[in-house]
Amino acid sequence: MSARLSARDITLRYGDRVVATRLSLDIPDGAFTAVVGPNACGKSTLLRSLVRLLRPAEGRVELDGREVGSYPSKELARQVGFLPQDPLAPEDVKVRQLVARGRYPHQSLLKLWSERDEDAVTGAMAAAGVTELADRPVQELSGGQRQRVWIAMALAQETPYLLLDEPTSFLDITHQYQLLCLLAELRDQGRTVIAVLHDINQACRFADHLVAMRDGRVVAEGRPADIVDAALIKDVFDLPSVIVPDPVTATPMVVPTLQGE
Amino acid sequence: MTAAQRPPAGGRAAGEARRIGLLVGGLVLLAAVAVVSIGVGAHRVPPAEVVRALFDYRGTNDHVIVRDVRAPRALLAAAVGAALAVGGALIQTLARNPLAEPGILGVTAGAGFAVTVGSALGLAGGQGGQLLCAVAGSVLAALLVLAVGRRAPLRLVLTGVALTAVLGGIALGLRLMNPDVFDAYRFWSVGTLAGREQEPLTLPLAAIGVCLLAALALGRSLNVLALGESVAQTLGAGVARTQIVTLVLITVLSGAATAVAGPILFVGLIVPHLARRPAAGSAPWLMAYSMVLGPILLLAADTAARVLLPTGEMPVAIVTAFLGGPMLIWTVRRYGAGAL
Repeated sequence: MSARLSARDITLRYGDRVVATRLSLDIPDGAFTAVVGPNACGKSTLLRSLVRLLRPAEGRVELDGREVGSYPSKELARQVGFLPQDPLAPEDVKVRQLVARGRYPHQSLLKLWSERDEDAVTGAMAAAGVTELADRPVQELSGGQRQRVWIAMALAQETPYLLLDEPTSFLDITHQYQLLCLLAELRDQGRTVIAVLHDINQACRFADHLVAMRDGRVVAEGRPADIVDAALIKDVFDLPSVIVPDPVTATPMVVPTLQGE
Repeated sequence: MTAAQRPPAGGRAAGEARRIGLLVGGLVLLAAVAVVSIGVGAHRVPPAEVVRALFDYRGTNDHVIVRDVRAPRALLAAAVGAALAVGGALIQTLARNPLAEPGILGVTAGAGFAVTVGSALGLAGGQGGQLLCAVAGSVLAALLVLAVGRRAPLRLVLTGVALTAVLGGIALGLRLMNPDVFDAYRFWSVGTLAGREQEPLTLPLAAIGVCLLAALALGRSLNVLALGESVAQTLGAGVARTQIVTLVLITVLSGAATAVAGPILFVGLIVPHLARRPAAGSAPWLMAYSMVLGPILLLAADTAARVLLPTGEMPVAIVTAFLGGPMLIWTVRRYGAGAL
């Protein structure tokens, strides 16, 4: 398993509050990695450090053996794409224009809009299934449509890496599964996908590589089928459960044993 | 790619064509307004003669008036209009607040304060002296606000508002205690273009020109900054750099405009609103349209200021204030109190 992107002994903190201490992690190339864990376990913070939104207080995040902090901004932006939990859609912007802004790192003052940008935007909209929405204002769209538009913007960036912070949060269950299928497709096309997910069962079904975190530590990582058992769920989530095979995919499925009396 | 995957007809190309068409239409209107503005005044010059004076100068009486008085004043009005409008477009984009205007950075108050103090000390005697004082005051005020409030847009706005209040209070006190200073300040503070075309204007005009070009170039970065700081940064836009450059541009634009024409309110507030609809969320287009609409508005207001009163000229700021009041109400009603 090769890994171009990795964290080496990183300590993450906001001011005095330490979120993670000496954390190390390799992101397998071309795989779908899901990061799970209870609220405030540091999973979003870890993601932000991988895309250089947060610089580690100690240790280093490396891409191809080079610290991400040493990359020029646009060069890194051509490698690593990121979708935060709550991106802002400016008023009046149409879908196509928003997707086109994903081309920013490929452009400069002297090289404004090229045929290649045009193709990337058209292709990204097709891949995310938003071609039909091209001329609609983003603010009029439903949550599921909007999330796919943002993914299209990140795809137009044409990065080998795509990192997403809880991309399913505001979606209903159907759109959650559709989005995860889309991410799996992107993985199949050769992208490395890393997503923070809330739902452990969805993570087990879709991820090739699962990272379970608690209190800023990686408790376990590996193939979901290899690492998920009742003991791990107890360790990570403090939740008593039984693990059964998912009837559709045979991946591990966590069934909590807590029930109301 | 199959036919079904192609974008619907009227994608990017049609949108661009429409925007370019609107911009060209605006430029034509600007030229027309400029010709009318140059022709109108105590001595009327017919439009055809105005054009001839500009492109085929013969030295007749009309031509001298156009060349030496009216055209410089129109150029000044256009530059001040563009500077105020683009300054407003920049601050509104940066603060994500449609009611922001450059004055909240303390620039206007700084200029007013410096003119008051300069008059009290006897430094701002002539108009040239007032111009220098106003430039110095706006730059110092902006530097102070940027230094205290840097890195956090909200803190910056609070600093600007606080500084405006403090400087305004001190300046008012000085003026009340000293009638001569009050008189000198009064002439500067009405916000007018009358007589200003005779001042040394090369430097402020050049500064405005450079900043307008920079604002256009900055538009793409502002476009991605509008998606939130996280997205902007991971798209490779220098967030802090973009914010600082934007603030510097706002300061120079509104500082230069205020210095040469006195405080003219509302242009920086209204024009970006008019430009926002055709720009449809694109910062570079917002800048371009503001750059055309600002001069149109100020030229029209300046022309009206010259002809509305039979007895003489009215300060242009009064005309823009008459336009601005209703526009402000319209803005608040459209965006709701939440925008405040």
